[in-house]
Amino acid sequence: MIANLTISQIQAGLKAKTFSATELAKKALEFAQAENAKTNAYLTFSPERALATAARVDQALAQGVDAGPLAGVPLAIKDVIVTKGVRTTCGSRLLEHYIPPYDATAVSRIEQAGGVILGKTNCDEFAMGSSNENSAYGPVRNPVALDRVPGGSSGGSAAATAQGTAVAALGSDTGGSVRQPASFCGVVGVTPTYGRVSRYGLVAFASSLDHIGPLARSVSDAALLLQVISGRDEMDSTSAFAPVPDYLSVLDGNVRGKKIGLPKEYFEGVASETGDRIAAGVEVLKKLGCEIREISLPVTKYAIPCYYIICTAEASSNLARYDGVRYTTRSAEAGTLSDMYRHTRGSGFGDECKRRIMLGTYVLSRGYYDAYYLKAQRVRALIAEDFRRAFSEVDAIVTPVSPFPAFKIGEKSGDPMEMYLSDIYSVTGDLAGIPCMSVPCGATSDGLPVGMQILTRHFDEPGMFRLADAFEKAGGFAGN
Amino acid sequence: MKITETEVRDVAGLANLALTDAEVGRMARELDEILTHIETLKELDTSGVEPMAQVLYDAGETATLRPDVERETLGNEAALANAPLAGNGYYKVPRVIER
Repeated sequence: MIANLTISQIQAGLKAKTFSATELAKKALEFAQAENAKTNAYLTFSPERALATAARVDQALAQGVDAGPLAGVPLAIKDVIVTKGVRTTCGSRLLEHYIPPYDATAVSRIEQAGGVILGKTNCDEFAMGSSNENSAYGPVRNPVALDRVPGGSSGGSAAATAQGTAVAALGSDTGGSVRQPASFCGVVGVTPTYGRVSRYGLVAFASSLDHIGPLARSVSDAALLLQVISGRDEMDSTSAFAPVPDYLSVLDGNVRGKKIGLPKEYFEGVASETGDRIAAGVEVLKKLGCEIREISLPVTKYAIPCYYIICTAEASSNLARYDGVRYTTRSAEAGTLSDMYRHTRGSGFGDECKRRIMLGTYVLSRGYYDAYYLKAQRVRALIAEDFRRAFSEVDAIVTPVSPFPAFKIGEKSGDPMEMYLSDIYSVTGDLAGIPCMSVPCGATSDGLPVGMQILTRHFDEPGMFRLADAFEKAGGFAGN
Repeated sequence: MKITETEVRDVAGLANLALTDAEVGRMARELDEILTHIETLKELDTSGVEPMAQVLYDAGETATLRPDVERETLGNEAALANAPLAGNGYYKVPRVIER
């Protein structure tokens, strides 16, 4: 069944000639297009591009050449990651007709590895949101419960992966935008170390916090996708030189003696059923031989104000480029240059983008810079220090991803501050720049998925994947 | 009140963002709530803490520089392809200088 395929099953199928990459791509496109009405996960399909890659894969296989680790794998790309010749909207009206003239590095690496890109997925406008309700193209519905949000901002990528209309997907994470939707939809979502994946071609939201990360239905598929897109890229000066280890080779299930920290601050405001699921997950880790200890990350309560100052400040600067000159949309009320800027932006941006541009401009403005922006950067240093201290005692930290499971569409959209507060457990990993992920950890009595977050030291993706994979194989998915 | 409607209008001016009167009122209320929450940072003593502008990891001092080699550029046509208004190889905008 196409909706449950794994990367290794596809590799086996191609090798045994059960199907060709072209046949699989056609079927996957047909399935994804037919199913899309249910969730609105895709905004644009890219059949020409998908079939061209599939044809290259088939040709390589026919010639006995290695077709790459993602050969023939149908994938989806969040619509904030640019694709040459394929519309990239960022979930915004402003970019409804934007056709990028180049590919993001992650996208070219996927296609070089044989990955077949089916299309672009829905998201909150410019990746700003926690529910996917801020998309100009309508909300995404959670495939697990269609009246609920899939989380955000990578809601379309999470929904497509959960629904089976993509084997895996790329998302982007600035304050939890990969992990939180992964947890809401019951899939794996990974935010790698800052700089592990090139940001070239990721439309900038908050540059010091932005990450590209994979979503998949298993830890090993997510690890393989991360493997392909990781590594130094000279087009992104912040991309890391550190060599990329073989993530799959560490998935040996051996986590005996690993020290796991449970930060007490992350369990204070958690909904009871979510807390119960995470507690059950921790029991699984204990059975695997992990040593569990309580730790403290005392600066956690300041993470939300810190994050919303830094991300909005950076966003207000990054979004200045949408001024009616270069990016497809210009207001008809453009009598003067100044009116063109103001009205293009006023009519083009949705409410959440405007709110963040305003807050970011305010905290950077004269007289407030030191009190807000510089203060937040100092608090950010303290949050990073919290983690450094913790990792001198433990190998990994385990927490909930979100205080509660997927909520109903419309339930929280009227209160921006409440929505911001829901990011409390996910913004810290981005602020510190450490690798973190969501791994499915059962479901509530209503059947809503719960995600367990694993965080490790900078560049310790191997340790994170080993623990997540051992957890998954020990029945983390089944809800134990 | 942390922020007045007048200040909202000033900030919107700095951000080149046209807001309707209704938006100004709503923005003032919402920003006020957010700024009140942000105030909690004041409780935290950060004296002597270096501001963290970027995630730090070990990298050689000049390691971020790529070799200075010429390479193909995007080209004028591709660069202008998404412009709402272009002509003669340039972006076109409303007249700025009267002659």
